[in-house]
Amino acid sequence: MCHILNHMVQSHRTGFDASFAALSDATRRGVLEQLGRADASITDLAGKFRMTLTGMKKHVGVLEQAGLVATEKVGRVRTCKLGLRRLEEEAAWIESYRQLWDARFDELDKVVGKLTRKEKVDGRKKRD
Amino acid sequence: MDARREIEPTPKNRTTVERKSERELVVTRTFNGPARLVFEAWARPELFKQWWVPKSCGLSLLSCEMDVRVGGKYRLVFSHPAAPEPMAFFGSYLEVTPHSRLVWTNEEAGDTGQVTTVTFEERGGKTLLVMHDLYPSKEALDGAIASGSTGGMGETFEQLDELLAALGTSVGGS
Repeated sequence: MCHILNHMVQSHRTGFDASFAALSDATRRGVLEQLGRADASITDLAGKFRMTLTGMKKHVGVLEQAGLVATEKVGRVRTCKLGLRRLEEEAAWIESYRQLWDARFDELDKVVGKLTRKEKVDGRKKRD
Repeated sequence: MDARREIEPTPKNRTTVERKSERELVVTRTFNGPARLVFEAWARPELFKQWWVPKSCGLSLLSCEMDVRVGGKYRLVFSHPAAPEPMAFFGSYLEVTPHSRLVWTNEEAGDTGQVTTVTFEERGGKTLLVMHDLYPSKEALDGAIASGSTGGMGETFEQLDELLAALGTSVGGS
């Protein structure tokens, strides 16, 4: 547990302010959602969000600074995709999903336990 | 919680979740009982209702209809204090092999829904359960993850902020 906390503190302390600022804007949250579905060029994104190229470049720049988006220039096109921090988020989602199923399965344990005990009692009755 | 019980506590079995590929998510867990009984707890609505909605998550199950046979349909309706409308989960069973295998579709999200396969494998009186979700595309699974995490992202960062503040305080104070 301490190990996990230490890791979280180290990896987030530096990027935290930048992330928070990056996520405070609705367009930037929209861009992240969009990139969660598919990689896109800055031109695509500017079109989707009805913005100038310069405006979208600024938003992408903020997201990139925060580690939420990574960009790569191939030829004349700059492609944007989710950055490392978003991958950490996938890990966080998987952990919360695991916790949900763990809670369900704890309840299922009780049901299976009840059924097992009932069967033993019924079996004993039959033999008597 | 009552720490002293008449029955000796058995060690808790671990739940694991892994994204096996771009389109697959796999959950595993072992149960201390025969496959026959674990299967029944998934296939009989009166048993299923007892465990599917853990008390800790604040959901309540409004209705649960399950016609567990090949081609049969299911429909689960939940409510949550934070949701204005009840949420429905529905689909149909593609395979029903008693005590070993269940396969169903998840249709509430339209054509991006996954196909869920649950297998029950008995080993020395215990049952290994493997739940395998296969999404139609990488985008569908990415989307499921993004919709689950993007909505709560602000909140997550706020919680992180509080955590960091608390840690900072405790470190500074010691």
